[in-house]
Amino acid sequence: MADLSVNIGELKMKNPVMTASGTFGYGEEFEDFIDIARIGGIIVKGTTLHRREGNPYPRMAETPSGMLNAVGLQNKGVNYFVEHIYPKIKDTDTNIIVNVSGSAIEDYVKTAEIINELVNIPAIELNISCPNVKQGGMAFGVSAAGACDVISAVRSVYKKTLIVKLSPNVTDITEIARAAEASGADSVSLINTLLGMAIDAEKRCPLLSTVTGGLSGPAVKPIALRMVWQVAKAVKIPIIGLGGIMDWKDAVEFMLAGATAVQIGTANFIDPAVTVKVIDGINNYLDRHGYSSVKDIIGALEV
Amino acid sequence: MKKKILDLTVTANIKLHANYVLIKMTSQEILPEMLPGQFAEIRVDGSPTTFLRRPISINYVDKVNNEVWFLVQIVGDGTRALAKVSAGDVVNVVLPLGNGFTIPEKPSDKLLLIGGGVGTAPLLYLGEVLLANNCKPTFLLGARSEGDLLQLEDFKRFGEVYTTTEDGSAGEKGYVTQHSILKDKQFDMIYTCGPKPMMVSVAKYAKANNIECEVSLENKMACGVGACLCCVENTVDEGHICVCTEGPVLNIKKLLWQI
Repeated sequence: MADLSVNIGELKMKNPVMTASGTFGYGEEFEDFIDIARIGGIIVKGTTLHRREGNPYPRMAETPSGMLNAVGLQNKGVNYFVEHIYPKIKDTDTNIIVNVSGSAIEDYVKTAEIINELVNIPAIELNISCPNVKQGGMAFGVSAAGACDVISAVRSVYKKTLIVKLSPNVTDITEIARAAEASGADSVSLINTLLGMAIDAEKRCPLLSTVTGGLSGPAVKPIALRMVWQVAKAVKIPIIGLGGIMDWKDAVEFMLAGATAVQIGTANFIDPAVTVKVIDGINNYLDRHGYSSVKDIIGALEV
Repeated sequence: MKKKILDLTVTANIKLHANYVLIKMTSQEILPEMLPGQFAEIRVDGSPTTFLRRPISINYVDKVNNEVWFLVQIVGDGTRALAKVSAGDVVNVVLPLGNGFTIPEKPSDKLLLIGGGVGTAPLLYLGEVLLANNCKPTFLLGARSEGDLLQLEDFKRFGEVYTTTEDGSAGEKGYVTQHSILKDKQFDMIYTCGPKPMMVSVAKYAKANNIECEVSLENKMACGVGACLCCVENTVDEGHICVCTEGPVLNIKKLLWQI
């Protein structure tokens, strides 16, 4: 049994496997299938200052080796989270991390301030990369200046581990990653979904109410892996890799490319028990290759 | 009710008609309790264009043989691949999911179960459970043509069966909402599942006649457990809710349909 623990800033995790925001609910949805306390960190749904209804149905389209979604950050708002959800999940024996989303800097700041007061939330993931929300979200994540503004503002009020989730819908992701590091982020997670679309040829109409949506699943993995590798060479802060991870082997690949931890997203929809299988699989891999710690494989890619 | 991920073994795959198969599956362990109206998320192997599981309603639970039945209409690559399984194959299934139909507290003989096409699937198990609860269900099943009316002999075990076909090849010609039983008999509860336009007209009829009505929705779904928020339906009182967890069965009073 190798040592699976990793650190993301001050955040200590028992293993490098996390769940991606918007794919694992608040964890409770998966309790029938697995012991969710085994997971290194659970990143709960995107949370905004005010309640959001999200986009109209249809919001999802299956694509080859993946899916498009256009949920649009449906959530009941941060105060509902604090009053009704936090009390139910705060004693889960894992790191519960809140994904903070917004469409204006003040909203991100206020939401982060409120989450900062929650003792059992050791970190937030700042979502500056949601492709499904007009006026905001991704707008901050596609320019270094925009990223600096929102991250610096949140950094000034948020005292715990600050992870920034990056958009792949940019010309050079390393530029945004460097901006995040310079603005005080403790870590970057990448990639959020890739902007895509799907069409019903027979009906001559888009399959999503919003026409475009975010692509996830194994279809995006090679792109995600490449971006993690590029960002790992560009910044010193730890990277959390995600994008199409379906099994332990995919997770190991992201770590070899330079990720300190990984997030499992869309795979949870196909196999609700995938997270614990990935943890076990990483452990077996380490044993098989004679590594005593999972830290030994971070960035261990031999080029 | 605890949800499970199970490797089920196919015991039979019966071709009911050109585009419909009835797949029966069993498990080495006793199958979990399932309610009529609930569904399963079935993993489809061997279809490169099929990424997500397929949500399929529970057609029937045969407790004696420890079997669960799925009525599958072949509509795309996923269901086409699923329809190819044969006895002995192992299929990965997550179940039971969703809420299920409301079973009346008091015995009633004024329950009408209206199904169209493959939407008749959950009504078979509902019929049995209603009968077991001292109710006498009446079935009104609609289809394009005679061959599309499925499992009629099974339905007859649980109640009176009336049919309509669009071409008049069996039962009364027309749509379910035009059937004479609706004029001849009084009902105080309607359960319905089928194509959306059919359910909308059934809901209109129910509302106009002050009859309680539950519909089973088939919104496109990814996770099936309330995590992804893809299958939402807009509601009168709660905004967008997940059909996979708050449904698939919803009272029409909750819906924002134009009825």
